[in-house]
Amino acid sequence: MLVPVYLDYNATAPLKPAVIDAVTAALAEVGNPSSVHRFGRLARRTVETARAEIAALVGAAPAQVVLTSGGTEANNLALNVPGRTVLVSAVEHESVLRPAREALRIPVDRNGIVDLAALDRMLAGIDGPALVAVMLANNETGVIQPVEEVVRIAHAYKARVHCDAVQAAGKIRVDFTALGVDTLALSAHKLGGPQGVGALVVADEPVLTPLLRGGGQERGRRAGTENVAAIAGFGVAAALAAKDLDRMAEIAALRDDMETRLERILPGLPVFGRDVRRLPNTSCLAMPGVPAETQVMAFDLAGVAVSAGAACSSGKVATSHVLAAMGVPPSIANSAIRVSAGWRSTPADFDRFVETWISLWTRLGRAERVAPAA
Amino acid sequence: MTMSSPALNVGNGSSAAPAGRAGANEPKKPIYLDYQATTPMDPRVLDAMLPYFVEKFGNPHSRNHAYGWEAEEAVEKARKQVADLIGADEREIIFTSGATESNNLALTGVARFYKDRKNHIVTVVTEHKCVLDTCRHLEMEGFEVTYLPVRQNGLIDLDVLKQAITPKTVMVSVMAVNNEIGVIQPLEEIGRICREHGVFFHTDAAQAFGKIPLDVNRMNIDLMSISGHKIYGPKGIGALFVRRKPRVRLVPLIHGGGQERGFRSGTLPTPLCVGLGEAAAIAKREMTAEAERLKKLRDRFYERIMSRLPEVYLNGDLENRIPGNLNLSFAYVEGEGLMMGIKDLSVSSGSACTSASLEPSYVLRALGVDEELAHTSLRIGFGRFTTEAEVDYAADRIIEAVQKLREMSPLWELAQEGIDLKSIQWAAH
Amino acid sequence: MYSDKVIDHYENPRNVGSLDKNDPNVGTGLVGAPACGDVMKLQIKVGPNGVIEDAKFKTFGCGSAIASSSLVTEWVKGKTLEEAAAIKNTDIAQHLALPPVKIHCSVLAEDAIKAAIEDYRRKHGGQQAPAKAQA
Repeated sequence: MLVPVYLDYNATAPLKPAVIDAVTAALAEVGNPSSVHRFGRLARRTVETARAEIAALVGAAPAQVVLTSGGTEANNLALNVPGRTVLVSAVEHESVLRPAREALRIPVDRNGIVDLAALDRMLAGIDGPALVAVMLANNETGVIQPVEEVVRIAHAYKARVHCDAVQAAGKIRVDFTALGVDTLALSAHKLGGPQGVGALVVADEPVLTPLLRGGGQERGRRAGTENVAAIAGFGVAAALAAKDLDRMAEIAALRDDMETRLERILPGLPVFGRDVRRLPNTSCLAMPGVPAETQVMAFDLAGVAVSAGAACSSGKVATSHVLAAMGVPPSIANSAIRVSAGWRSTPADFDRFVETWISLWTRLGRAERVAPAA
Repeated sequence: MTMSSPALNVGNGSSAAPAGRAGANEPKKPIYLDYQATTPMDPRVLDAMLPYFVEKFGNPHSRNHAYGWEAEEAVEKARKQVADLIGADEREIIFTSGATESNNLALTGVARFYKDRKNHIVTVVTEHKCVLDTCRHLEMEGFEVTYLPVRQNGLIDLDVLKQAITPKTVMVSVMAVNNEIGVIQPLEEIGRICREHGVFFHTDAAQAFGKIPLDVNRMNIDLMSISGHKIYGPKGIGALFVRRKPRVRLVPLIHGGGQERGFRSGTLPTPLCVGLGEAAAIAKREMTAEAERLKKLRDRFYERIMSRLPEVYLNGDLENRIPGNLNLSFAYVEGEGLMMGIKDLSVSSGSACTSASLEPSYVLRALGVDEELAHTSLRIGFGRFTTEAEVDYAADRIIEAVQKLREMSPLWELAQEGIDLKSIQWAAH
Repeated sequence: MYSDKVIDHYENPRNVGSLDKNDPNVGTGLVGAPACGDVMKLQIKVGPNGVIEDAKFKTFGCGSAIASSSLVTEWVKGKTLEEAAAIKNTDIAQHLALPPVKIHCSVLAEDAIKAAIEDYRRKHGGQQAPAKAQA
């Protein structure tokens, strides 16, 4: 039987062995960090050590880190800004788009980069306080946004800036202070940590309106008993991610080589965001004429795990809002899949992907191409 | 990678051999007696979770490959295990990050959904802080909240509840079991009253789920908050039961990918869900026997203390109480000072003495416990891994410490001289 | 959480006990309130030369309150009333390394010294105001 190949790191990443050790060790300890006795104090120390490691990953101070149940909650918390006009880029994750249902959408160009001139115009037309949410890197295409520029413009209008860095952290260097954003969302399980924990990094200035109340944990910014074991794992994963960033250059080389090899088979292969700065691990590419659902099924049968867009709940087949915002016609967008690698990926994984892709294309793609248009 | 659960670093023995170590009179220390704050993980729960940290690491919402399906299957099994413990349908269970989130979601979710028709909530003064804080916030949003008092035994008066319900009442929120004094509210009667008046009944069952029999249909419960780490499962996971027939609607608190049928977005933490499920399944099998064993341990502890120390008072009803809880006032001995004298016992002080205001527990105050007595209280929690030897050792240490501290207590001295402390004009400071 | 000095005083409290409160040479200070969670009783015995010869305490309170009162019984012995009255809560807090939330314990200990001195002086001339709390 073939060893399964996992290339869906942007959905979730396997835990690193040291993380598993930290999580299981912490699970075996009893103790509520709010308790004053010894068990409680040990749990508190575990949480605070991890908080410092998470802060260090993004160059923030430990006191700036608010621990949450994940990236989605962190984004929701940042966007809980009653009374502010919210502007979001058109390619944000659902956990930014959905809480801000009345938000104004900032357009992006054909590469998926946020339109800075449009942002400036929109802010100029707003009375009262505003919040701008622009992600650091896109989960579907890996395209990296000019967040420093967004901050420069937004702060000129005294608007707050939130940055969803869930996909970027651990893949590229993220510096909270250098970015200048007011809030930054992180998730553990995208960088080799456990599911069920994330963080919102908050600059000293904005006062958050809590989503969860009662108990006073996280200095009143997020109530609920701390998820000690998962937080411990997040801390270790953050420390390792900072150390392993160099490995990402190798991943990028493998990814680029994969795209080149496919291009030799299919000249003009659509790879979204290829002309701009992208995450080193992500490739969003289309097999024209073959629906994404068909592709991912075939890949799964061949033991290769990739995805058709974001891992969301519904299982519905909908056109990606990200590709739509980039002006990709639905016929192409619906044949796009996402390949995302990570810390355990090997050249052999990419070889298997390329082989499977080529055999699929030979079997289905060419046939589709000659089929009469409906 | 080999998988074995690490040894649990708490107490002695296990549920398999609960009383087997009674002969050993020197239990391993410190002794954990704070089971209402959090519980140690059951090794069987940890074993169930481990594969989902290691090779079965998929995102349960990934619809495109086996990794995702495998994780989804595990989550759905866990959902059924949680539902089975309370007589619910698995489609009525929403996973959350814990009971605090469940309580926040239940209260704000229902209040906001029905706000055009109804704007009144009834709750109780002894609820957990996350219920009270959420209610206070809802008041700022324009809702009206009635906070029911409790009687001296910690239980609500059903007639007072009936009178509090108005045509504008959308929901009654009463905790099943109190976290400080362990008393069990009359859920079935409350449920009946709520159903008769056509209002939703929410119960914070963080301290009750897995400890006492709960049946959402018999008790007419419409929403129930559930916690993982109070029942030997992991922290960071909880659930909210939301009735489907008649349907309860609510506005979500966390929006995004639309997981949990849109009620609660965010990637579900598969291993944590599995842990909650397994913990619920174990509780379903062992609850009756465990309750009996804990009641014996508790009674043994209680009798030992009461027979050797005068002027110790039990807070909260003894009959309507979970077996794993005691809350005692040791008159004339301040609780935090007492805790320092029993450092090898991990218990919790009834008085939140870390704040400069030295405010005693609001729960004890609500029972009408004098402030001076409230300052002398300890909460002692017993659980699955508590042994008889630990209970005896703990009781003896507490007795010793109380005796020593009473010798040092000016109040004890005055009381021995026959002076009524209330006759003294104390300076406020 | 607690400093070594607090733990030492808590575990080996100095001068626990009572002096005869009706003895004219004994001054008694009883400060705090049960409802606030701490009460200190400090007694001093003053020699004919005006020097504090003996001191005893009893305290209802947390470890820091017990340690603060234990410490001041050691400090006041051998001091004149004026010297004892000059002991500041900040000295106590610093010596015991009390955290900010426990500073009130040192304030109470300073109050106890002052109350005991006042009680003694009232017995010997009565020019001072009555003690804050008197059994």
